[in-house]
Amino acid sequence: MKRFASNLVGAVIEAWQEVRIHKTRVMLSLIGVAVAVCAITTVVGLGAVAQQATVEQNERSGGRAASLYLSASMNDGSTPTEMPEIWRTALERYKIDYASRVVNTSQTVQFADGAVPVQTIGVDPPYGIMHRITLEEGTWFAAADQRRLAPAVLINSIFWDRLGRPDLRTHPTTTLIGERSTTAVVTGVYPALSYETEPAMYMLADALTAITPVVIDPNLQFGPPSYELWVPVKISEQLVTALQRDVQGALGSEATVQVNRQDYSSFQDGDPYLSLKLTVGAIAGLVLLLGALGLVNIALVTLKQRIREIGIRRSFGATAARVFFAVMMESVVATVVAGIVGVIAAVLIVKSPFVEDFISQGQVTDFPPFPVEAAVLGLVCATVVGALAGLIPALVAVRVKVIDAIRY
Amino acid sequence: MTLLHLEGVTRTVQLIDAPPLTILSGVDLDVEVGDRVSIVGRSGSGKTTLLNLLGLLDNPTSGAMLFEDRAVGSLSSGARDRLRGREVGFIFQQFNLLQGRTALENVMTPLLYAEGRQFWQRARIATEILERVGLGDRLGSLPDRLSGGEQQRVAIARALVRGPRLILADEPTGALDLETGETVMDLIDEVATESGAALVTITHDPSIAARATRHFRLDHGVLQVTSTVPA
Repeated sequence: MKRFASNLVGAVIEAWQEVRIHKTRVMLSLIGVAVAVCAITTVVGLGAVAQQATVEQNERSGGRAASLYLSASMNDGSTPTEMPEIWRTALERYKIDYASRVVNTSQTVQFADGAVPVQTIGVDPPYGIMHRITLEEGTWFAAADQRRLAPAVLINSIFWDRLGRPDLRTHPTTTLIGERSTTAVVTGVYPALSYETEPAMYMLADALTAITPVVIDPNLQFGPPSYELWVPVKISEQLVTALQRDVQGALGSEATVQVNRQDYSSFQDGDPYLSLKLTVGAIAGLVLLLGALGLVNIALVTLKQRIREIGIRRSFGATAARVFFAVMMESVVATVVAGIVGVIAAVLIVKSPFVEDFISQGQVTDFPPFPVEAAVLGLVCATVVGALAGLIPALVAVRVKVIDAIRY
Repeated sequence: MTLLHLEGVTRTVQLIDAPPLTILSGVDLDVEVGDRVSIVGRSGSGKTTLLNLLGLLDNPTSGAMLFEDRAVGSLSSGARDRLRGREVGFIFQQFNLLQGRTALENVMTPLLYAEGRQFWQRARIATEILERVGLGDRLGSLPDRLSGGEQQRVAIARALVRGPRLILADEPTGALDLETGETVMDLIDEVATESGAALVTITHDPSIAARATRHFRLDHGVLQVTSTVPA
C-alpha cells in the first residue's frame, strides 16, 4: 500500500515535471486537444441552450408539460352555462394553481387611422407563466387587475407601434369599440411573433366577457371558451380521466366534453433531440480524434529525444511499469490540463451574452446554467484521449533497453 | 561480507548473419562491503558491459551472479529494478543529469522511486546531500549553469542520495580536467568511506585506478587481478 501510494504520487510528480519543463512542446501538442475539448463542450453547452429555446418556444404555443385542455359544449352547439361553476369546483377539488380560461375572440379597437378588428385572447392571470409569456414593456396581469374599472390590456408590439409606442408610465389608453365603447389601459407590451403582422392583445377573461359578449366568428376559426391546466406530468393521465368523468357527470349526456393533453412533449416518443445530439457528438468526436492523433504523433517524436532520460531513470530504480505509468500520466496530466482550459473556454463562449442571444434568438427566458454534463464530458474525453494517446509512447518507452538508452 | 559475487559469468550477444559475439568470458569477481575496486581496460574490452552486469542493468548469458547472496537471475524484472534503485548508485562519465531540472530536482529523482520516509522527505534529504558535496548554494541551478566539476558533484550526490551499498563509477573523471578530477575522486572516496559503500571504478586513468585497494584488468572479455593493496 505504501509502495502504491508513493508510486502513484511519484508518477504524477514526474509527469507534472515533464509537462512543466517541456511546456512549449506540450502546449503546442495540446492546442489540438484543448480546441477539440472546447468544441465538444461548447457544442453540448450550446445544444442545451438551443434545446431550451425550442422547448420554451413550444411551451409558448402549446403550454408546458403537462398542459391539459378541457372543452365542453352542448350537443346543440351552445356553451354550457354551468361551466364557470364546474370549472371552479374542479380546480378546488384537485388543488390546481395554474389554470386559465382561454377565450379567443375578435375585439374592434379604435386606432388613429380607423377601427380595426384585433385578435383578442381572454385569459386568467396564471396564463402568463403557463405559456412563458415575456413582455418587452410593463408587467403581466396581476390579481389587482381584475378590479380595474378600465380593463387592462397587454398588446403586441405591432399594436404598440400603431399607438405610436407611448411610454407605459403615462398609462396610455385605447378604445375598445362594442355595444358600448370601453376605455382600456395598456399595461404591457409583448413581442410579436415573426409571422404576426396584425395587432393582437390579451385581456383578462372576466373583463373581456364583461365588456362584450364573446363572438364566435367561424371565419376566424375561433371556438367556444376552452379551459387549460398546467399539472405535474406524472399525474396528468389520472387527471385527464378524472376531469373527463367529473365534467361529463356534471353536464350530463347532453354535453360533449373533451379533456386531453396537447403540450409538445405529449406528441413525442423518446428524446426529440437524439438525432441532433448524435450528429453533433459524431462531429465533436471526429475533432477529438484528430487532436488525439496529433498528440500521439508529437509524443512519439519527442519520445525519441527522451530515451536517454528514460535510461537514466531506469538506472536509478524506475521499474518498467513505473516508466509506462509515468509516460502515460504525462499524457493524461497534460490533456487534463488542456481539458480544463478547453472547458473554461467553452463556458466563457457559451455563457457570453452575444452567443446566448444568437442561439436563443430571443426565445429563451430561463437560460439553463452551463450543463455540468457538458463540462464532465469534456474532462472525461480529455482524460480518455490522454490515456489512449499516452498508451503508444508508453509501450515504446517500456521497450527501451536501459544500456542503450544511457549511451543514446 | 560479500556484496556481489560473480562466478564464471559470460555475456554474449547474438549478431545477425554472424556467430555470437562473446563480450565477457568466465568472469569471477567478489565485491565486499566497503571494497575499493578498480577495473581498467582498453576500449572495447567489455568494461561497460561488466559495469552493466554489476549494476543489474543487464543479465549474464551464463554463470552465477549473486547480490547479497541472492541469485540475481531469479529475481523478477521489477524486483531487480527495485534492488538496483535501493542498493546501487551510478556515476556516469557524462554526468547524465536530467536537463531542465535543477540540481535539487536531479538529486531528488532517485528518491521518487523510493518508499516511506525517503520518498516523502525527498526534498530535505536531497538538500542535505547537496550541502554535503558543497552545492548547498546551487540547489536551484540548472545543469547548463553548472561547471563540469559541479555537475559531477550533483551526479555524485544523486548516486548517493538513497544510501546505496554499491557505487559504480564509469570513468567518473573522464570529462573533467586533471585538478577537478582529483577533487571529484577525493569526494567520491570520502562519501563512499563515510557511507560504508563499496566503490567499483572503471577507468582508463592509472592515477584514478591507483586509488583502489584491488585492481583488475579486463582484456578481451577476461577479467584478471593485477594487484591487491592490503587494507
